[in-house]
Amino acid sequence: MPWESPLVAKLKAQYGSGVREANTYLGQNYLVLEPSIAREALQILRDEEEFDYCVDVTAVHYPNREKPFDLIWILYSFARNQRLRVKTMLADGESFPSSVAIWPTANWLEREVFDMFGIKFDGHPDLKRILLPDDWKGHPLRKDYGIIQQDQEWVKANLGIESGQ
Amino acid sequence: MTDPTTYLSHLELGEPDKTFLDTNELIINMGPQHPATHGVLRVILKLDGEKVLGTECVIGYLHRGVEKIAENRTYTMFNPYVDRMDYVAAVSNGLGYCEAVEKLLNVEAPPRAKYIRVILTELNRLASHQLWLGTHALDIGAMTPLFYTFRDREEILKIFEKYCGARLTTHAFRIGGCQYETYEGFEQDVKKFLDFVPPRIDEYEELLTTNRIWVERTRNVGKISAADCKALGVTGPVLRASGVKWDIRKALPYAAYPEFQFEIPTGANGDTYDRYMVRMQEMRQSLRIIRQAVEGIPEGPIMAKVPKVMKPPVGEVYHSIEAPKGELGYFVVSDGSTQPYRVRVRPPSFVNLQALDVMVRGQLVADVIAVIGTLDIVLGEVDR
Repeated sequence: MPWESPLVAKLKAQYGSGVREANTYLGQNYLVLEPSIAREALQILRDEEEFDYCVDVTAVHYPNREKPFDLIWILYSFARNQRLRVKTMLADGESFPSSVAIWPTANWLEREVFDMFGIKFDGHPDLKRILLPDDWKGHPLRKDYGIIQQDQEWVKANLGIESGQ
Repeated sequence: MTDPTTYLSHLELGEPDKTFLDTNELIINMGPQHPATHGVLRVILKLDGEKVLGTECVIGYLHRGVEKIAENRTYTMFNPYVDRMDYVAAVSNGLGYCEAVEKLLNVEAPPRAKYIRVILTELNRLASHQLWLGTHALDIGAMTPLFYTFRDREEILKIFEKYCGARLTTHAFRIGGCQYETYEGFEQDVKKFLDFVPPRIDEYEELLTTNRIWVERTRNVGKISAADCKALGVTGPVLRASGVKWDIRKALPYAAYPEFQFEIPTGANGDTYDRYMVRMQEMRQSLRIIRQAVEGIPEGPIMAKVPKVMKPPVGEVYHSIEAPKGELGYFVVSDGSTQPYRVRVRPPSFVNLQALDVMVRGQLVADVIAVIGTLDIVLGEVDR
């Protein structure tokens, strides 16, 4: 269902077709933006539209799509008591400008996305793995990473066992 | 615009400039096997004597890949896994997940199920806060509260055990409602508990609230401003102690919460003492909610009509609840099959832990222990 509001109208006036979708699903609003304008739009959402709390940054992998990654921000505004999801699509290996300067909380959240999906964030102050060991190979939440797959070499070298399974 | 260097949560380690004996600057490791880190948290501390110059958290020791597991299980099969994240508030985890999937399926739990959910989640909030108080006080050096809180928490666990057979990882709710009808005498048990516990909370307060050592160890320790909280995404009692009156139960209500009267306690200074006071008052508010719920619990079915084989329509949904530690969110993506395409858990502990650095910079090493305690993290949820 299309979502119409002054906010959407404003973004559409500014970016035209850069705003690919503005919809409501199950009562939840979301925007799909072109990656080229997404970083700028996020800044506007924080500075002018009072979305001052970045709830979450996450990603979804669709391996069969031309641009296989959905990068998602879940935002909340204390002043409006509104939640908003912003989504953009990235190609494999494509990096995205970090939003740590907009919301410092994105620091660890982006590190987790990097750890699990391998999406790089330009300008992140300390982009390294967060949950997995630093020298682990592979990004487990990609769809081509099997459920029992692991970095055998790392397991052998660091745990001294043949397999963690 | 925020200066990104304000909130650096990593250290520029490198080699020390001087030899060990010439310099006061010292890098030491706390954890991962340290009793005061409440699990397996490793904190690298950069110290100047006793003063903390910076910290870096190393996490992931308890990573089990919960989100990956979710993609390989059906919606129903994944339900018990969520209890293993925040294992001291398993009921809240289950509530968040069930409600997220219900939203995706476009069903709603019947009123009686909602009331049962509220009673159990609020009992769980109380249990979680009691465990927090006991361990936090123990870390700071007060041993008695631990025995008191564990004694009283036992009564809550007994109710859980009678209700669903489990004490900690309860798996109390199902998608669409509750699996079990309340047992005979459930309401009496809860009411008995409601009469039993307020004097006990007074007892904890008597031990600590005006205790000079407690006040000295907590007041003005680990201060964080409301602006910093918002910037760092900190939620729950930590945010409220900094003076922001925000609680998802009021702001974006779920379950049966709109039907109950309760206050949102807040603090003013955002220090460890305020966070203690906020949680103490929250316990009393929880009791208030439970009393209203148990007195007004409606009759009726406890399960909505949900198909045995769940295939939610293609789409995605984000749903969050006010867990004892803050905003616990589930972002669930369905591709129309029986298994979720993606489940993202937004854990409150993980995000709140990021604020540790801001809270301890410039304070003493001993305060790091107090601040880790006051953040109320559970490493099962931080690492997932």
